[in-house]
Amino acid sequence: MPNKTFFWFFLPTGLAMILFIGLPIISTGIQSFYAQHDQVVKEVKKCDPFGCTVSIVVDNEETSKIREAKPLGKFNGFGTYTDRNHLAVEEIKKFWNETESFGAFVDQVTNLPFYKALIFTLTYCLFVTPNVLLLGFIIALSLNAVARKIRGPLIFGTILPMIVTPLVGSLVLFWMIDSQGIIGANIQNLMNDPYLSLKSSKTLTWITIIIYGIWHHSPFAFVVFYAALQTVPQEPIEAAIIDGASRFQRIKHIVLPHIYPVVTFVALISLMDNFRVFEPIIGFSAEGSAQSLSWLIYDNLVNEEVILFGSAAATSMMTIIGIAILLAPVLIRTWKEFKTAR
Amino acid sequence: MRKILVTLLFLLFGTSAFADCNIKSGSINILANDFPALRTFVETSKQCKGSADFKVTHSSEHNKIAVPALTANPSEFSARIAANSSIVPLMNQDLIRPLDDLVKKYGKGIQDSQLITIDGKVMAVAFMANTQHLYYREDVLKDLGIAVPKTYEEVVAASEKIRASGKMQYPYAAAYKAGWNLAEEFVNMFIGHGGEFFKSGSAQPNINNAKGVATLNMLKKLSELSNPDYLTHDSEAIKVEWESGNVALMTLWASRSGTLLDDEGDPNITKATKLTGPATVGGGNIPAATLWWDGFTLAKNRPDADAEATFRALAHAASNKKMVADAADQAVWLVEGFVPGPKSIGVIEAVKMGAKPYPMLPQMGLMHGALGSEIVEFLQGKESAEQALKDVEAAYISKAKEQGFL
Repeated sequence: MPNKTFFWFFLPTGLAMILFIGLPIISTGIQSFYAQHDQVVKEVKKCDPFGCTVSIVVDNEETSKIREAKPLGKFNGFGTYTDRNHLAVEEIKKFWNETESFGAFVDQVTNLPFYKALIFTLTYCLFVTPNVLLLGFIIALSLNAVARKIRGPLIFGTILPMIVTPLVGSLVLFWMIDSQGIIGANIQNLMNDPYLSLKSSKTLTWITIIIYGIWHHSPFAFVVFYAALQTVPQEPIEAAIIDGASRFQRIKHIVLPHIYPVVTFVALISLMDNFRVFEPIIGFSAEGSAQSLSWLIYDNLVNEEVILFGSAAATSMMTIIGIAILLAPVLIRTWKEFKTAR
Repeated sequence: MRKILVTLLFLLFGTSAFADCNIKSGSINILANDFPALRTFVETSKQCKGSADFKVTHSSEHNKIAVPALTANPSEFSARIAANSSIVPLMNQDLIRPLDDLVKKYGKGIQDSQLITIDGKVMAVAFMANTQHLYYREDVLKDLGIAVPKTYEEVVAASEKIRASGKMQYPYAAAYKAGWNLAEEFVNMFIGHGGEFFKSGSAQPNINNAKGVATLNMLKKLSELSNPDYLTHDSEAIKVEWESGNVALMTLWASRSGTLLDDEGDPNITKATKLTGPATVGGGNIPAATLWWDGFTLAKNRPDADAEATFRALAHAASNKKMVADAADQAVWLVEGFVPGPKSIGVIEAVKMGAKPYPMLPQMGLMHGALGSEIVEFLQGKESAEQALKDVEAAYISKAKEQGFL
């Protein structure tokens, strides 16, 4: 395509992307550098049906004056990024100096909200992504091998987890693993431990969410792999059969290299999706045991009665940077291949 | 035929003449939490809407919508049914209007005790009171010869006895869902121990002390007597547990007693369900509970005509003797003419025992939020009480700094 045609072709999409993705990210970035003005409070008498007390309220007149002068708030630089609820630079320095063993240091650091969330998010990504790729590929291969007649209904059944709304899917599983639900009660019986709860143990909650993630995301990988398998040329495969190659050898040496770019694509998309894991935490009411970066943003915006825009913005920016770091190796590799292909 | 027509006409006019406040214009849009008493209240105010537009949103997610919806100009809602805690963010952001003029003009039936005044200005009109108190199964306690517990220490002893008897595995329940609910239980227990959340006259936290540790230890003891999934249980979930007969002692909101004691569910359990005041803890004499009021506030960013129409409709309900007589079971109404019934025992006992109201401080929401997420690991046995309290204070301080309170 000539560059000029491409430009005009891409213009509407590009504009929409700048308007709805680019500008909000810039705005979020700017907000993350600001904190609220110092609150002006005053002592007043408060009366309610249970009696009167003297206590403090925010002085709205004074506050609105300050706000009008500087609507963005107080410039805080990287203050929000480095505070205890985010990167916690000071705290980590302190832990490093105070703790005796490396284990104790790690314990202290993983107790900080941002690192706790980061560890869960990374664990989720590292377990879910490869398993989704593997499972999706196996399902695609098996479905490709069954008779055409029953393939339609089977495909439909396989992509069901993707059709089910994430929240509904997780709620169904949530009730099943309840200590009185079908899975929860049976596990208690099996383990002979009436106090065993999938929901109160941190490890078990993590495992549940990861299994749910694999279940929910595999169909996507399957659909893409299945489509790619249809493009594998038959001649080399027939030639390989004549040469006596086993099924495994055929897949390893012909099918996989052929669909390799698609694997990269699926890996990229799943990594991005998994890094933003959020719905299962809400669906499983797992806030207590598992927090992800996206959940932290949500928590700052809605869970408090006071909305923390600066905190939410800072976590958002760090999530974006996190995704970029995670994707960098795959992107660099694709770029190199693209160059050599030319 | 004629008879039918007359009857129909009578019915038609009968209902509309019933409570017309003669509101001619304006539009009313109410945001409220979702429980039976609030539905009754809003329905009552609807009877007198006249020719004004009337819309209502009942949502248990009301806290998440309120501030953004009222910040818009004109705001989405003309009124918000708030409580001690949820009025604070509205006050902090200057989103609600003083009601003095409207109360003078249209608030005839409203009692002075219903007015929430801050710095001499009426900011809300309360209509019901609420608290968390004990519920117990009379049959279970009687069988085992246990007296009705008055302190949380007795609750623990009673629960252990019930468990030992093999009747129930998890005899105690309270809303310990990580987040707001769990933090609320901490607030109750901490106040029961005589704790103050902030150093006097400042926004510096003051929970990492002996009282805080005692609070956490009591919460942990109770959680060990609860269903192991307690960290995911909110008020609705423990209500279901109770109705399935799995629980014999429970701390729950007074406003939930109506649905707990209705005709649905096992009649034997309903019959044996008894209410009593909130328990004290650690030898203290004030109950480990907080008093709450629910009342209405009017949005600032809304034309005066809407505010007037909304006030008149809501004031009609907030001074309605018929409503409090008909719905005496649903809540402890603060409205004139309310005769407390057996379901109001919890709140009345709490007031008698000198329970404290939930602290209405601008920075309390941040403390509540920090508590909800940072004490979980202690309950799971992953860290010490001191460490958990240290974490709460640290998380709170970072948030308070960002919000300009420190």
